[in-house]
Amino acid sequence: MRPLKIVVLAKQVPDTRHVGPDAMKPDGTVNRGKLATVFNPDDLHALELALNIKDRVPGTKITILTMGPQKAADIIREGYYRGADYGVMISDRRFGGADTLATSYTLVKGINKLAPYDLILGGRQAIDGDTAQVGPQCADKLKIPQVTYVEEIIEINENEIIARRRLDKGIEIVSSPYPCLMTVHGSSKACRSRKAKKVMQYKYARTKTELRTADDLILSLHGKRPYLTIPEWSVEDIGADLEKIGLSGSPTKVKSVESIVFTANEAKILSDSDVDIEMMIKELIAHHTIG
Amino acid sequence: MKSVMVYCEVENQKVADISLELLSAGKRLAQKLGCPLDAMIFGSGLNGIESQIAPYGVDRLFIGNSMRLEPYRTLPHAALATQILKEEDPQIVLFGATSVGRDLAPRLASQLNCGLTADCTILDIGDHFEKKEKIEYKDLLYAIRPAFGGSIMANIINWDMHPQMATVREGVMKKEIFDENYSTEIVEIDVNSVLKEEDFVVKIIERHIKKSGVNLKDAPIIVSGGYGVGSKENFQYLIELAKLLGGEVGGSRAAVDAGFIDHDRQIGQTGTTVRPKLYIAAGISGAIQHTAGMQDASMIISINNDPDAPINKLADYVINGDVGVVVPKMIKYYKENAK
Repeated sequence: MRPLKIVVLAKQVPDTRHVGPDAMKPDGTVNRGKLATVFNPDDLHALELALNIKDRVPGTKITILTMGPQKAADIIREGYYRGADYGVMISDRRFGGADTLATSYTLVKGINKLAPYDLILGGRQAIDGDTAQVGPQCADKLKIPQVTYVEEIIEINENEIIARRRLDKGIEIVSSPYPCLMTVHGSSKACRSRKAKKVMQYKYARTKTELRTADDLILSLHGKRPYLTIPEWSVEDIGADLEKIGLSGSPTKVKSVESIVFTANEAKILSDSDVDIEMMIKELIAHHTIG
Repeated sequence: MKSVMVYCEVENQKVADISLELLSAGKRLAQKLGCPLDAMIFGSGLNGIESQIAPYGVDRLFIGNSMRLEPYRTLPHAALATQILKEEDPQIVLFGATSVGRDLAPRLASQLNCGLTADCTILDIGDHFEKKEKIEYKDLLYAIRPAFGGSIMANIINWDMHPQMATVREGVMKKEIFDENYSTEIVEIDVNSVLKEEDFVVKIIERHIKKSGVNLKDAPIIVSGGYGVGSKENFQYLIELAKLLGGEVGGSRAAVDAGFIDHDRQIGQTGTTVRPKLYIAAGISGAIQHTAGMQDASMIISINNDPDAPINKLADYVINGDVGVVVPKMIKYYKENAK
């Protein structure tokens, strides 16, 4: 069958799974600078799904699209190392502070610049918010069907793609015509690792902004191999409406944030000795909590 | 008209528990606002479905009744809900944070260009003074949720792009009958006039739903393990203790991520919320992400080798020690002392 054109939406996220004590400021807010950043785990699953489709449909091309600060170019490089064909970064200070609605508007502006496409893939959700909203919001704005929580592609043919979805209490196998947007569940196959050859090929891939501080070796490489220069799109490049991006395009606002301090119960403090544990078990039985 | 709207999930003529919980939460908000509570439900064979919904104090129920609306598919449900929300213009719309709600709500939020807050643990009504514009906004939805890996609680508001939408996990809100004899006005939607052929391009080929799964929500006793349990082998002690006490085994997100326990047994904001008689937290430090889902347990026992674990502050019994040492002793002394 004809090769497909796939766009994978990927996000660089703070590693909220490992929030250390130094990541919290004294006022209880999160010090993002102290958190390591990672490729959002579900988005890596989406990349694997795309690579799997590419294995099955030769000639398929995968473009990674990310939005974020300059550091997010790591996502594009990581994508290259694992087998993506192209990468594009949407980066502009004015996109900052976006909630899911403003984010989906911005991504869709970028996706439209990449059109035509057959499939848009993304992780089910990002670990810094767990909202799972951006995928369906993009699908709505692109006016294409969505297939959420995809676990595996069962069949790909000229007219439709058939996928298994992981639901709360079971599974569903559905077919969708092209183009469609799929969000990929973390229970799908984990992403293949980097290819040494690809790492060699792409380790000097840089955005224009990164090139400003790059050394001569990298600059000369970019002169010889233009594919190393990662396209970087600003508000103007994607023709975004300032009212619809960043903070002003975000209906949800954080009114207040508090770190929760539990007020201590009057707990009985016990050791792991036999005496203490038998006493507790006897108390629980006496009060009919157990037994 | 100012109202609170709840999207109700239904399958085989049975309204989902999460939806009844949302109706109860929605009724409390509607009472604070002094406005009606409305609901919408789309499915097949829904004649008489109002009997399950009316007792929760629903003023108007919008029904889309058609074979083609069940099982749930995104596009037809989104088209019907969009039509109703545009016409009724409610102030607040609530969805379950389920496979269905999390698929549908964001699509609607994009369609209506409004805000949506996921996985709220508290819903309330309050005011907000916007310093920049010097405007006092009255009666906003406070959508409160743990954020950032559960290290903080954030109050999310939305004052300029209505409606205000939120999703809530199953078990978070309490289901409460408002009035057994409440009278609900039925509004039948002319489904065929709203839906187009292209709303049905995604086809369901197969569907397998487990009837009975893990039921953490109704378990009187839950033995729950965290990353501090240390290994899948140590988790066996928890399973044995739970079985012995007639309870269920649960786990924190860290335990699920570590592969100690299945995802469907996760307790917390992004898992199940539980209110058991006894909650035994073994090797769980107590991130808000987790405690949001278990803090209403009647009694809490914390087993942890860190005496300063945050969860100890919620506990009635704190046992300082290793899970691998303490739990086998609990098993032993329960067997010796129980009749």
